[in-house]
Amino acid sequence: MSRSRSFGAFTAVGLATVAALVLWANSEGRRWQREDLPRLRLLVTRLDLTDLALWTEARYTRHPSQTDLFSAFQDFPAAPEHFPSGSITGPPPALRGTGETSGVRVGRP
Amino acid sequence: MRRHFRILDFALASLRRRRLKNWAIVAVYAFTVTIVSSVLLLTNAIRQEAALLLVGAPELTVQRVVGGRHAPIAVEVTETIATLPGVVEAQPRYWGYTYDAVTDSTITVIGAGPGSAELEMVEGRLPEHSTECAVGAGVAAMWGAEVGGEVILIDASTTGVLYEVVGTFAAPSDILTNDLVVMTGDEAALFLGLPEGWATDLAVRIANPAEVDTIATKIKRAFPDSRPITRSEVLRTYDAVFHWRSGMMLAMLSGGLIAFAILAWDKATGLSAEERKEIGILKAVGWDTGDVLELKMWEGVVISVTSLLLGLIAALIHVFLLGAPLLTPVLRGWSVLFPELHPVPHIDPYLLVSIAFLTVVPYVAATVAPSWKAAITDPDSVVRG
Repeated sequence: MSRSRSFGAFTAVGLATVAALVLWANSEGRRWQREDLPRLRLLVTRLDLTDLALWTEARYTRHPSQTDLFSAFQDFPAAPEHFPSGSITGPPPALRGTGETSGVRVGRP
Repeated sequence: MRRHFRILDFALASLRRRRLKNWAIVAVYAFTVTIVSSVLLLTNAIRQEAALLLVGAPELTVQRVVGGRHAPIAVEVTETIATLPGVVEAQPRYWGYTYDAVTDSTITVIGAGPGSAELEMVEGRLPEHSTECAVGAGVAAMWGAEVGGEVILIDASTTGVLYEVVGTFAAPSDILTNDLVVMTGDEAALFLGLPEGWATDLAVRIANPAEVDTIATKIKRAFPDSRPITRSEVLRTYDAVFHWRSGMMLAMLSGGLIAFAILAWDKATGLSAEERKEIGILKAVGWDTGDVLELKMWEGVVISVTSLLLGLIAALIHVFLLGAPLLTPVLRGWSVLFPELHPVPHIDPYLLVSIAFLTVVPYVAATVAPSWKAAITDPDSVVRG
């Protein structure tokens, strides 16, 4: 077999492996959506959960969506940052200067 | 056609002559593709998982803000909110944190609402009495707790309180429940030291999603010290955290891309003396410039396609079969209780095409460009250097 044919065969096997892994992954994703997702969503609804339990070292990493508006220094001014998750989690939308927190208004009623 | 295959044959033979150097390039290149693809696949999977799961979250959570910080809210506020048109239900949420000095871990304590005793994701059941609790898999593993066992937790008045474990959360729910201790609502309020009639925040269920923003505005108007957080804001938070522009993606992706740029730059800045000599000889024996460029293009294609395929296969296996062990230490940060990652596969074909385009095209271009300069020079001067 010529070298170009060997390379063609290698590429074909590689592409077939990638395709097989992608098909397997997508079928696993569909199985999760069919079997686990309804039960997990019920859990979220019953316990009124709002965040993923990924980072437990600080309030603003455990519940990024419920965090204070100035969460980076919430422990005390110039508090040391919790690296690296503090740099992994981006600032919440409310801090991006778009005024996304609902109903904010100026002045006292 | 046969001519192209001949040139490809020659390119493969040429790569074979410098096999050590080329295998080293393939190894570095494939590793870079693996890391960049793993980060993209993992964050994309978690982002998708969060988006699908948190659809079950309350349409609105209402906090009270004192001095710019989250403070307890009066439970009686629910009565006013419940009367607003469009509101299906407003319930107090009792939740907070407790620090376990023995294991140096922070645990999330949460009060379960009534009527939630039976859940499929719980082995056993949720607590019905004040002396009972259900724990997440991480907490159970840390304390060696199991259904029927007992755990001692330190409450807000620093008193140890004994609870019977009546349920543990099943492994598929780790990403939601790993660090949870679930108690009855009243017991959670007592444990966390919330004054009677006060809650951590309120969960508001709204029938029509189109009315959420209007109701949030009404709540804000009625209670100026409140901060309503909509479910779409929660979903946007996770979308932002795991977006490619966020901190993690930027840190890891830029590292990988810089490594790749250095590799491509090294190729683009010039040919080795041996490669220049080879081009000169080919020209001298009658190859034209187009043939030389095709030869170099094939060399670039062989290296980049081999690396891309090896890198993609390694990334897919690393993230979805092995649970991303290389990235977990980075994601884990300072967390003591970090869930075992089982990312739910979600592969966007656009993502794979982007990876292929970002890696193959620049490398092939970086291989061909310097060869073009050598190929148009007089063979005699190229060979003599």
